[in-house]
Amino acid sequence: MDVYLHVLIKSVFVENLALAFFLGMCTFLAVSKKIETALGLGIAVVVVQMITVPANNLLYQYLLKDGALAWAGLPDVDLSFLGLICYIGVIAAMVQILEMLLDRYFPALYHALGIFLPLITVNCAILGGTLFMVERDYQFGESMVYGIGSGLGWALAITALAGVREKLKYSDVPEGLQGLGITFITVGLMSLGFMAFSGIQL
Amino acid sequence: MSQEAQKVVKDPLLDNNPIALQVLGVCSALAVTTSLATALIMCVALTTVTACSNASISLIRKHIPGSIRIIVQMTIIASLVIVVDQLLKAFAFETSKQLSVFVGLIITNCIVLGRAEAYAMKHGVGLSVLDGIGNGLGYSVILIFVGTFRELLGAGKLLGYTVFPLISEGGWFTPVGIMLLPPSAFFLIGLFIWGLRAWKTEQIEKAEYRIHQVHRTEVL
Repeated sequence: MDVYLHVLIKSVFVENLALAFFLGMCTFLAVSKKIETALGLGIAVVVVQMITVPANNLLYQYLLKDGALAWAGLPDVDLSFLGLICYIGVIAAMVQILEMLLDRYFPALYHALGIFLPLITVNCAILGGTLFMVERDYQFGESMVYGIGSGLGWALAITALAGVREKLKYSDVPEGLQGLGITFITVGLMSLGFMAFSGIQL
Repeated sequence: MSQEAQKVVKDPLLDNNPIALQVLGVCSALAVTTSLATALIMCVALTTVTACSNASISLIRKHIPGSIRIIVQMTIIASLVIVVDQLLKAFAFETSKQLSVFVGLIITNCIVLGRAEAYAMKHGVGLSVLDGIGNGLGYSVILIFVGTFRELLGAGKLLGYTVFPLISEGGWFTPVGIMLLPPSAFFLIGLFIWGLRAWKTEQIEKAEYRIHQVHRTEVL
């Protein structure tokens, strides 16, 4: 149990995908003007991350890893170079399936998420989560917790940034910094705040 | 080179920079810039992938059915990134360890897909390659700027050679520790954008809400 709690806390706060690894920055900066939309996107990321990281973990552990094909009688085969293309395929397919399922069974949620679902395929946070999972060689249980945790961390960061930006609208910003420039600096300050968590020993 | 070709290469450098104006491909720009060497390798990798993916997508643009074009583009890009990743692992293993997952993340780098979708699907092969190179260079400008400052101020070195001798090694320079930490990249890019927009004023974004409306009209 301790192991899972460790992975969860670490992925939400200490190794926050957005603020410590800068993943998913494009959408992070572009879709953080309003709290509601930011929250919607955050939830979508959590859901997709929760499904794709464990799915890719199974794929990696039982098909791609060096020696993983031993169950099929091929112990010398190493397919790990095919990883990238498989992971992105799984992500694209999962997002597509999720979209159809939501449309069929939860139309309200589907409309709330709207355009964000397809956008998620090219969100680096999703692929990044999978790649970190592979690099750290997580087991299935850990990968599930990591998926949820990293998604939550990202959602937390984008919602917080949207909150700051809603207030920031009324401040007197120098002309050249207006918009994108001041957002970068704000995110920098937030990331500085999150660095306080890096001292946590678990 | 013809006028248009020159424009395609030069425009993304400062006038229509992928990071500073189009907000594409920001993630890796921040993460790999702690030292100039990794930043340079990343620039070369991204420029190659963008140019090649633009070329191949532009070649088959008339045969790709509209409804599945994203998947086709992703497959092409993913294959190119795998080639780059394997090359780096073979010839620059140390650097590829430092870049960790960020080479793989070129797949989801919005510059590559963005240019494929916005330019290569509509233009010929030659111009598409130039557009890929141009945008890759625009990305490189920011990476090199951020990488230079972070390595120079954070470690007193450039490309591993000592420029400012550190106090700990008997010199005079106290390293600015924050430059090696993630937040400094945000500040540097923010300041770069400020500088760029102070020079090229047409890139300034309109404020949603102006406080000094009255004051400004008086001055005008």
